[in-house]
Amino acid sequence: MKKLINKPEDVVIEELKGIEYAHPDLVKIHYDPNFITRADAPVKNKVAILSGGGSGHEPMHGGFVGMGMLDAACPGAVFTSPTPDQMLEATKAVNGGKGVLHIVKNYTGDIMNFEMAADLARAEGIEVEAVVTNDDVAVQDSLYTAGRRGVGITVIAEKMCGAAAEQKRSLKEVADICRKVNGWGRSMGMALTSCTVPHAGKPTFDLPEDEMEIGIGIHGEPGRTRMKLKSADEVTAMLMEPIINDLPYKAGDNVLLFVNGMGGTPLVELYIIYRKAYEIATKAGLKVARNLVGPYITSLEMAGCSITMLKLDDDLTKLWDEPVKTPGLRWGV
Amino acid sequence: MTITRDDVINWINEYGRVIAENKDYLTQLDSAIGDADHGANMDRGFKAALAKLPSVADKDIGTIFKSVGMTLVQTVGGAGGPLYGTFFMQAGTATANKMELTAADWSAALEAALSGVVARGKAQLGDKTMVDALTPALNALKQAVADGADQNECLRRSTSAAEQGMKDTIPLVARKGRASYLGERSAGHQDPGATSSFLLLKAAADMWAK
Repeated sequence: MKKLINKPEDVVIEELKGIEYAHPDLVKIHYDPNFITRADAPVKNKVAILSGGGSGHEPMHGGFVGMGMLDAACPGAVFTSPTPDQMLEATKAVNGGKGVLHIVKNYTGDIMNFEMAADLARAEGIEVEAVVTNDDVAVQDSLYTAGRRGVGITVIAEKMCGAAAEQKRSLKEVADICRKVNGWGRSMGMALTSCTVPHAGKPTFDLPEDEMEIGIGIHGEPGRTRMKLKSADEVTAMLMEPIINDLPYKAGDNVLLFVNGMGGTPLVELYIIYRKAYEIATKAGLKVARNLVGPYITSLEMAGCSITMLKLDDDLTKLWDEPVKTPGLRWGV
Repeated sequence: MTITRDDVINWINEYGRVIAENKDYLTQLDSAIGDADHGANMDRGFKAALAKLPSVADKDIGTIFKSVGMTLVQTVGGAGGPLYGTFFMQAGTATANKMELTAADWSAALEAALSGVVARGKAQLGDKTMVDALTPALNALKQAVADGADQNECLRRSTSAAEQGMKDTIPLVARKGRASYLGERSAGHQDPGATSSFLLLKAAADMWAK
């Protein structure tokens, strides 16, 4: 294992310290239990948005804390869900009196920990609603598995819910935006290499030099198939086809097209993928009205990418365009 | 059969030692079908639980179990935190105010713990989870208690049923947790949660054998 770390057990805490030094104008770091809040939290009379998950997916979620996006993020150990005490303290710290929305990616551990946290917060009189994201079309057999995983759509949902909350919409309205974004979004990822969890010390899975995994999850969960490496255009088609074939797109729709890097793939390659994805979407009659290209929901140093597509209406488009000011996403300010 | 408060404390300590010893083994099982964190997570959680043990060592068994459960919920993360946390918290509720446990008490505690795990994780027998080790262990324990078996025999039967249940997860296709994303590819691997659950009951038998 070759990593720029000191000790595996100090990875998360030293990362938090770095964020604290880098972005004191945007965020505040809380320790023991660990969580990140907006520097100006709690914002009175605004629904607060909280998310969280294992570390190793940066900038998600901590990098999306700030005006127009998340009020708080709870980082777990690398690839491990955070714990209910973190979520409870973060919920209390950002509650501005209008309730707190928990955005939870669909993983067994995340679901259970967030359920426990929501129970505890409600017992303390805080109104909490939780919405689960599950946009990964790579998981086909949802009935006999833990269900589709929450991946790229989570970034977009956090942005749009954050904007809706800034407009002083109610908890139910903001939660409805989250459900709509999740329902209208689909994703699929792929990997060229594995990644190494610091405390595991060796790659999560073996992937031979000339092979790739199509349908990979953001923790290196296996996907649909493993095959010999193909060209960027062929790979893009393999990701786009299941996305477009899954509901709910139809010709004439406006879409947001998001090409995400898994951590180890350079922007030059992501733009090659975006180019082909744009052409495939256009050919299918979809109008790419908004886009995002870059590493936003990563899997440590894994090489690979994922594509997320979201059907847009006027409201979602406006929510996307609203100002956002976070360490990881910033425009309009 | 009598399990004293000291026996309970010895069990928790022994399990902490066993988890530390098997940390890499559990992580290795988890990297085959999960996300390679089970060993490290459990080790972090039990180190924290052991550090808190002295502060509750003079309390009743229920309080000790609840302290362990709360600590695990706060320190393990992943699925293991809520599941093992719930296991000990429910066992704590079932043993509230008790300073020692009879065979029936231990059986009732294990039953409450397992029910809590099933309610939290919604896994059924055969889903390739810790439930597959705990369920046969509980059934064997209940039968042994009903047969009037002595303490060693009760523990031996439940541990050996847990071991069999753990081994029986090998051919199963996972239907819960991250392993379920593998589908058929999850078959042929032993479930890490069933393994840590077997080790938990084995540690009890090792410490409580007369």
